[in-house]
Amino acid sequence: MVSGVIKVDNLLNKMTADLATLIKARELENPMMIGIRTGGVWVAEHLHQQLEIQNPLGTLDISFYRDDFSQAGLNPKVQPSVLPSATENRHIILVDDVIMSGRTIRAAMNELFDYGRPASITLVTLLDLNRRQLPIQADVVGDILQLADDEQVKLTGPEPLALEIRKKSNL
Amino acid sequence: MFAQQDPNLIQLNSAGQLKHFLTTEGLSRELLTEILDTADSFVDMSAQQVKKVPLLRGKTVVNLFFEASTRTASTFELAAKRLSADVLNLNIKTSSTSKGETLKDTLMTMEAMHSDMFVVRHSDSGAAHYIASQVTPHVAVINAGDGRHAHPTQAMLDMLTIRQHKGDFEPLKVAIVGDILHSRVARSQIHALRTLGAAEIRVIAPTTLLPRHIESLGVKVYTDMNQGLKDVDVVMMLRLQKERMQSALLPSESEFYRLYGLTEEKLKLTHPDSIVMHPGPINRGVEIETSVADGPKSLILKQVTNGIAVRMAVMSMSMSGQMTEHQAQQGGV
Repeated sequence: MVSGVIKVDNLLNKMTADLATLIKARELENPMMIGIRTGGVWVAEHLHQQLEIQNPLGTLDISFYRDDFSQAGLNPKVQPSVLPSATENRHIILVDDVIMSGRTIRAAMNELFDYGRPASITLVTLLDLNRRQLPIQADVVGDILQLADDEQVKLTGPEPLALEIRKKSNL
Repeated sequence: MFAQQDPNLIQLNSAGQLKHFLTTEGLSRELLTEILDTADSFVDMSAQQVKKVPLLRGKTVVNLFFEASTRTASTFELAAKRLSADVLNLNIKTSSTSKGETLKDTLMTMEAMHSDMFVVRHSDSGAAHYIASQVTPHVAVINAGDGRHAHPTQAMLDMLTIRQHKGDFEPLKVAIVGDILHSRVARSQIHALRTLGAAEIRVIAPTTLLPRHIESLGVKVYTDMNQGLKDVDVVMMLRLQKERMQSALLPSESEFYRLYGLTEEKLKLTHPDSIVMHPGPINRGVEIETSVADGPKSLILKQVTNGIAVRMAVMSMSMSGQMTEHQAQQGGV
């Protein structure tokens, strides 16, 4: 059961402005944006277009790098990661839809480093659920969301993008 | 030869996922497609600076090769290492009389070393199936070729190569040429091609190298190569397995080459966009002309590259199937 829908447009506009400011402040020259499949790619597509980033958008599938393979097994819908160019010495902007425990981002960073040693990684997420299990923080966040224990949030898309808060048992 | 039951009773877990990979026979189109999709993701891993993923980190894979192999053994070893597993390679020669007992003893010894996966090659049909029925529940078994029965990873790397170059299987006419009688590869290819929906599967061989009742597998039989090759999209050559021939099945190699060797001239009979494959090692001038083996239609080296990706896929999927089954049992599901 959907118990709430969050408008995404305003969050994306705020993130675009915050990320533009950060790119300038950190002097991230010629950054490479990479979205984590699936929701992160949808968010990244929007930011990539709004910020007019010249390099093509990369996509990352972290299925082979998850730390719960021994519990959950292999994702049957794994897709290849596609990076448009070498990551060595590049400024990476890594985009996901939701950050919760931090384990997905850890897996994504492990995978990125197998492609080369980036100059830096900037993390962008649409939502922060503030339930971290690892010491990883996003640099740009659309919003912080406090969910009840029986609630989950789901990004639907790619067009239109919408966030739905649902009861866990009905997901 | 080991007695076999329905392979899917043993190679699939209760959720229908792979937990051993023994044969392509009886596997669903969805599962074969999942193997190909997963393998595709591993193919792209070659773009990484570190060509390794941590999926089987901490797991021990034992390559149990009771029969000589270089290419298959090395691609399995590389696949396991690229999945971050620890790998032990054992080449075991056995006498025909002591096989059963030795096999069981070997298994128990390897299990005592806390192995998680056995990759098995054996000259007896059904050996991998037998081993899968004997191992403790958490151990996955991958068939790397058993007797004349099956060589499922070879068949799947062939399917991956075909899909990469032809896309859809449904419009394809495929010819399998040569020593069908002794070929475990041909059987696995036929089962996979049928399941994936190839329009027409032809086998081309002299009568002496055709198994009896091969038509029952749903193939068209040709003893004339010129007729059999007409308009086919894919030509899959087989190796002449001289080591398995116990009687004079061929007049001579040169006669075989004249009638069934794939030459430039014969290749002209196929579809203009046809592709040529061979599981290797190739016997130049026996099964295939050098200019064809090295020519623009040849995908022989591509098959080797794809072999690593396919083996990574079935190893990780089987391990995954074993682990999720174990989790379900632990949770009382």
